[in-house]
Amino acid sequence: MMTRWTRKDLLGLEELSREELLLLLDQAKAFREVSLRPIKKVPALRGRTVVLCFLEPSTRTRTSFELAAKRLSADILQIQPSSSSLVKGETVLDTARNIEAMQVDIVVLRHSTSGVPAMVAHSIKPSVINAGDGSHEHPTQGLVDLFTIQEKKGRIQGLNVLIIGDILHSRVARSDLWGLTKLGAKVTLCGPPTLVPSLMETWGAKVSYHLEEVLPQADVVIALRLQLERQQEKYIPSFREYTKLYGIDQEKLKSAKPDLILMHPGPVNRGVELSPEVADGPQSVILDQVTNGIAVRMAVLYLVAGGRAAHQTPVVPKSSPSPVEAD
Amino acid sequence: MSNQTHVKAHLLDEQGIRRALTRMAHEILERHRVLERIALVGIRSRGEWIAKRLSTLLSEIDGTLVPVGALDITLYRDDLSLVAANPIVHSTEIPFDVTGRKIIFVDDVLFTGRTIRAAMDALTDLGRPQSIELAVLVDRGHRELPIKADYVGKNVPTSKGDLVQVRLTESDGVDEVVVEEPVVSERPSTGSGRTERVEP
Repeated sequence: MMTRWTRKDLLGLEELSREELLLLLDQAKAFREVSLRPIKKVPALRGRTVVLCFLEPSTRTRTSFELAAKRLSADILQIQPSSSSLVKGETVLDTARNIEAMQVDIVVLRHSTSGVPAMVAHSIKPSVINAGDGSHEHPTQGLVDLFTIQEKKGRIQGLNVLIIGDILHSRVARSDLWGLTKLGAKVTLCGPPTLVPSLMETWGAKVSYHLEEVLPQADVVIALRLQLERQQEKYIPSFREYTKLYGIDQEKLKSAKPDLILMHPGPVNRGVELSPEVADGPQSVILDQVTNGIAVRMAVLYLVAGGRAAHQTPVVPKSSPSPVEAD
Repeated sequence: MSNQTHVKAHLLDEQGIRRALTRMAHEILERHRVLERIALVGIRSRGEWIAKRLSTLLSEIDGTLVPVGALDITLYRDDLSLVAANPIVHSTEIPFDVTGRKIIFVDDVLFTGRTIRAAMDALTDLGRPQSIELAVLVDRGHRELPIKADYVGKNVPTSKGDLVQVRLTESDGVDEVVVEEPVVSERPSTGSGRTERVEP
């Protein structure tokens, strides 16, 4: 018997149990089939309203959530920072309470500060899905990576997963790490010392500063985006040096396992983290990640919508208790 | 809520199920004569096993291989906003084009008819079948929608609160159909039918 989903919100992968992670991956598999149909729509969230509140730029995650919600027949409301009252100085919490007052069901929230989705989730009744907060977590991207690895490799348990790049600022790396270690993968973090503090070994991962030493063992490589906007803070001497030491190209892949798969949460800085031949090469599953993103987000929206129902009094008439539900 | 029940009646044993399905297979042949465009669609989870058995029986009698698909209706249920914790979704696997086919839905128990209503919605999202018929192992009455089965293994009068349990070797290790009734408590169950497909 599979575990049931009872959470109102999805804020991160750190707090989830192994069983909850497996449930999410299993459900994503069921939802993938919907996107392959001629009519890519099911009525599961008909009449529910999903608010997409992206207070930090995003294309991929926002469109992925939007498609996922549309394929579940939900109504969608978009809130963007430039057109919202936030520019007039309204606090996030006030905005959230106002959205709540409009009887919405699910708020998908991205914010540049870690912890904002959790704070909002505790103060409003609708479900909150964290779509990336600061450098804390990006749970749906973490689930996409888990799902893609499971799909391509057939398992997660026992795999060597190498995460390369700016771990310090990466919420994707955090979500990946929590999810992967819970499902039994061995995670190695690799990058320049300024971006991979050795303290991260306390998170249950191995830390390495030498790509050539760890690449040959890897079954999966997750290359992270070098955040160009942070270059001014001088974490690395130059892009050229970074690419030489930590960029993946065909030359470096010669030492890797032939069945290695290469992932990237996007957007790729071509020629920096990945050479173009590698990014478009046979080992790259970057576009599969994008495809799987919709199925994973459909599963999250569906499960979280049910979690909300569990927290409120069900509308079932008192006179007709259900005979089967309790067992 | 207490889920204690006791067995009220044994409806079918292994042999009874086999006889009922064999008769249903003959009825399908009698009505359609040629099975060329027929496809069986089992409703998850036990309908799928019954559909596979019917397909085997049809090929034994007629020599025609009737394709079998499995349909999960969870996302089409009319009570998703009522149940606490959304039920597990299983994948739909229909390995043939539905359009133009004569589809026979196969399910274990026909009760309120709400499952079949959902299944018709789910199937028409996959294409436009020429026709849809319904085959069930047990019809227990108490319909809440205008739906009727074309092939029935056994008609059983039940009270609304009864529980009709179909157990199949493939999923439960044994072939049997029993009627159970809830052990009497202070608040007798009247049943709602809405939750008939909630996973045990």
